[in-house]
Amino acid sequence: MSDSSVLYRKRMRTNRAALILSLLAMAIGMGFLAWILIVLVYKGFGALSLSLFTQPTPAPGSEGGLSNAILGSLMMVGASTFIATPIGILAGVYLSEFGRRGWLAPATRFINDILLSAPSIVIGVFIYAVYVAQVQHFSGWAGSMALTLIAIPVVVRTTENMLNLVPSTLREAATALGAPRWKVVLHVVLRSAQAGVLTGILLAIARISGETAPLLFTALNNQFTSFDLNGPMANLPVVIFQFAMSPYENWNSLAWGGAIIITFGVLCLNIVVRTLFRKKI
Amino acid sequence: MQTPVATKRDMPFSQLRGEPSSVVSDDAPPKIKIRNLDFFYGSFQGLKSINLDIQEGMVTAFIGPSGCGKSTLLRTLNRMYDLYPGQRATGEILLNGRNVLDPDQDVNALRAKVGMVFQKPTPFPMSIYENIAFGVRLYESLSRADMDNRVEWALRKAALWDEVKSKLNQSGLSLSGGQQQRLCIARGVAVKPEVLLLDEPTSALDPISTAKVEELVHELKSEYTIAIVTHNMQQAARVSDYTAYMYLGELVEFGLTDEIFIKPKRKETEDYITGRFG
Repeated sequence: MSDSSVLYRKRMRTNRAALILSLLAMAIGMGFLAWILIVLVYKGFGALSLSLFTQPTPAPGSEGGLSNAILGSLMMVGASTFIATPIGILAGVYLSEFGRRGWLAPATRFINDILLSAPSIVIGVFIYAVYVAQVQHFSGWAGSMALTLIAIPVVVRTTENMLNLVPSTLREAATALGAPRWKVVLHVVLRSAQAGVLTGILLAIARISGETAPLLFTALNNQFTSFDLNGPMANLPVVIFQFAMSPYENWNSLAWGGAIIITFGVLCLNIVVRTLFRKKI
Repeated sequence: MQTPVATKRDMPFSQLRGEPSSVVSDDAPPKIKIRNLDFFYGSFQGLKSINLDIQEGMVTAFIGPSGCGKSTLLRTLNRMYDLYPGQRATGEILLNGRNVLDPDQDVNALRAKVGMVFQKPTPFPMSIYENIAFGVRLYESLSRADMDNRVEWALRKAALWDEVKSKLNQSGLSLSGGQQQRLCIARGVAVKPEVLLLDEPTSALDPISTAKVEELVHELKSEYTIAIVTHNMQQAARVSDYTAYMYLGELVEFGLTDEIFIKPKRKETEDYITGRFG
């Protein structure tokens, strides 16, 4: 009896220690996140105004906003997402569902993982060399290409992982009804993994929304509002980079405003997409 | 279906077991004839020279200890093993006289004729209605009204209609485990297959749901040929007309369920059934 109570107390101590350690770990992670958000809101909130969304980037000392950068970022991130999503999902489906035999899938998976961890500046330089240097001008398309190359491996990886989580019994059940492979994948497997696949796309959007290095080499910047993806384009990350490092106070304040817009833009997108898809089965 | 039962009971055992016999039977030929079937998982042989006849409109049960090959045998009948590289079968499985192991066999068409229900309930991530309509749409294009009728018909067959008729648009995943399994049976029945393979269909269910599924098997056998794998010997005795006892990939004994359970011919079968082994 006394033996077991000693053992029991020991277990309770171990349990408490483990709980404290994990709470501590969580507190450190959450603490830094909260710190970042607080600083962001504290510094950027003052910069938030309607003109931020309606006026283009100003000259030092004069009034202005970020409308051209917001527009450029939306267009380039939108174009990249539009291109990267189908490619990424299809490649992920291939790796998970069709690539069981042969060498192609393992090779693709390996290369994709390298691309996933490639420094984004390398991708920027690559697009600069193969596209920008050839056509002799910076452009929104070049920026979109660089962002696409960053987004694809994220979507491929998460899609494959999420499809691998779908139990094989579900595939067997659909196959047992006589459904051809593509219908099994499209109607049953992808559908069960849809929340996960969507998370992958959102992760990719979040990632490319904040990428600066690849855009420096490709889209560069533009002081004026431009709808032309074929010319240099303003975008939030590069504007933040330039304005934050400048000595002008109004530029610094706009940089904080831009940082807030990116952060809360990604957050809102997450919430909206998730609530839209939660209603479906 | 009473007459064939009576005549089958008079058949010599060797013929039931599918051994070559000089006696030509006047009976209806078996629905599925398995001849010299070997099955390999890579280099491991999972089935060894199986010979067996599955009679039309009857329930055939496969029993035996874990790993004896009964599920493997069931999965060769609709070529489910095709999904996995490294698994292969040799020999003959004649369904209506055609060898389904033939490389030319259209496996999707085969699976539309030979339905399967699995151990764990596997509802698709869609509504109850769509769960049933999915399979039907693969091979038939029905009008909305006909589809409604088919869905109701299948759900009634699976004794599930009264429980779900008011919530056909809800997710199939919202049902209880027993209901989900009956939904899967309804889904299998809805495509009107000729053969229904049940792979331990009640092992994840409570006794009440089990009883419902067993009743269902009873009712379905008038229209379908059923093969069922079970770990539960009482279940085999309750629902089946024929029983096959398998051990280590071999078919040890096959015959009428009454004979297997009351006076088995082989000592191994008796030991397993009486619980002295296994």
